[in-house]
Amino acid sequence: MKYSIFSLARAAFSGHKTWQRTWRDASPKDHYDVVIIGGGGHGLATAWFLASEYGIRNVAVLEKGWIGSGNAGRNTTIIRSNYGLPGNTGFYELSMKLWERMEQDLNYNTMVSQRGVINLYHSDAQRDAYARRGNTMRINGIDAELLDLAAVKKMMPFLNFDNARFPVQGGLLQRRGGTARHDAVVWGYAHAASALGVDIIQNCEVTGFSRDANGKVTGVETSRGTIGAGKVGMAVAGSSSRVAAMAGLRLPIESHVLQAFVSEAIKPLLPNVMTFGAGHFYVSQSDKGGLVFGGDIDGYNSYAQRGNMPVMEDVCEGGMALMPMIGRVRLLRQWGGIMDMSMDGSPIIDKTPVDGLYLNAGWCYGGFKATPGSGLVFAHLLARDELHTEAARFRLDRFRRGAVIDEKGVGAQTNLH
Amino acid sequence: MRIVCPFCGERELGEFSYLGDAKPVRPAAGAPEDDVFDYVYLRDNIAGAMSEHWYHAGGCRAWLKITRNTLTHEISSVEPAAGAGAAEVGA
Repeated sequence: MKYSIFSLARAAFSGHKTWQRTWRDASPKDHYDVVIIGGGGHGLATAWFLASEYGIRNVAVLEKGWIGSGNAGRNTTIIRSNYGLPGNTGFYELSMKLWERMEQDLNYNTMVSQRGVINLYHSDAQRDAYARRGNTMRINGIDAELLDLAAVKKMMPFLNFDNARFPVQGGLLQRRGGTARHDAVVWGYAHAASALGVDIIQNCEVTGFSRDANGKVTGVETSRGTIGAGKVGMAVAGSSSRVAAMAGLRLPIESHVLQAFVSEAIKPLLPNVMTFGAGHFYVSQSDKGGLVFGGDIDGYNSYAQRGNMPVMEDVCEGGMALMPMIGRVRLLRQWGGIMDMSMDGSPIIDKTPVDGLYLNAGWCYGGFKATPGSGLVFAHLLARDELHTEAARFRLDRFRRGAVIDEKGVGAQTNLH
Repeated sequence: MRIVCPFCGERELGEFSYLGDAKPVRPAAGAPEDDVFDYVYLRDNIAGAMSEHWYHAGGCRAWLKITRNTLTHEISSVEPAAGAGAAEVGA
C-alpha cells in the first residue's frame, strides 16, 4: 500500500475502514540469504537497506516479541549529530541526512521534527568545550551555533537564570536536530522492507546458532524451528552479550538499565530538545504535550527493564534546576530499557571472529538517533563484507588495538576508565 | 532496591556505589597482554545471579560482595568483601 494524500482521502470517504496492514507478519522459510536477529529499529532498517540499496531481498528479521518492543519503543526519541570525535562525527551526520529524507524514502510518516537540539553550558570551561565541538561539527559540514546568554534567554525565557551554582551561560545549538516518532520509525521500516519482500517474523526467539564443521554459522535455531542463513547479523542491543554467548563470544559490553519518563500533558512549553550541562538531564515535549525526559543510567548491571528511585530523583532534580515550575507537573509514566554499554561509549559494527556472524551492538544510550545510519552501514557490511567508510572505526578489535572512541571518556561506568 | 549492609543494616540504594562483576581478577604485573585485555575490556555480562562488588559510600564505607539477580534485582546475599574492613566482620 502506498500512502499519499489521495489514499488518505479515499479512506476518509469510506470511514477509514479500508486501511490494510502496513506490513506482512511472515512465517519462517527454510533458508534466507541474510537473517537479522532483532526486530527493532536497527534490525528493520538493516533489512530495508539490504533490500533497497544492495538488492538482497531474501532476508528475514527475527524478533523475540513484537517489533519495536525493546529499546526502539523505550527511548526519548531524540535525533542529532553533534559529535566531536573522528569516527562518530561523520557517522552520525550520515544518519542525520537519512533522517531528513526518511519519510520520502519509506513512504511513511515518521514525524521527524527538526525542532533543534540545544546543549546548555554553565561554566567558561564548558563553553570552551562546546565551542570546540561546534567547530569540529562545522568543519565537517554539520550545522552548529554557539549561543550566548542573551540568545538563550530569547529562545527559552522560562528557564531559571538565577541558579547561582550552575548559571546558564549559553548553549550549543544544532537546529537540524530534533525528534521523531519512535514507533513510526519501526513501523515505517517494517512497511517499506516488507513491501520489498523482507520476511518479518515475530515471536521467534533465537536459541542457538547452527554451525558447520569449520565453525561457520549456517543458520539459527529458534523457537519456531531451524532457519538456514547465508549470513547472520545481530542487532539486539541490550542482549548482545547473551546472543553472542550462544556463538561462544565474549563482548566488551555490560548491560545496564536506563530510565525514561513522561509527564502529564501540558500546553506547549519547550520549543526544542534541551539538555542540562551541569547534570545529566535531557528533555523534549511530545506532540501530545507530555515532557519526555531522561538522564543517567542507573549504574549497575541489569536486564530487568526497570530502574530504581535514586536515578529518578537525580533526573528530576536536573529538571527542577532548569525549570522549577515543572515541580507542579505530575509524572505520568516511567520505564526502563536495557542498554549495551560498550567500554568506550561507542558502538560496534563489525564481523565477528565467527565466520558468517556479524555484529551490530554497543549503542550505549544513543541508539535511536543512529537508526537509519546503523541500518545502512550494517547492510553494507552484510552485503559487501567490508566496512562502510563512515563506520570504519566501529571495529570490534579497537579495544585491543587501543583505538577506542571515547566521546564522553567514561566507558560503561564512570568509575572504570 | 534496598541493600542490607552487614554493618549498618538495611539502607536505600542511593547510599551505595557500584563497581561491577566480582569475578575478574587483576592480572599480575608482567601477565600476557591477552590477560590484561580480557580483564580490562571483556565481560561475562551475566543474565541471572551475579556476584558483584558494591561500596557503602554513604554509610560505613566498607566494600561489599553482593549476589544479585540481574534479571530481577533480587539480592540473595550480602557479605563483606575480602580486604580492608573485613577483618572486624566476625566480631
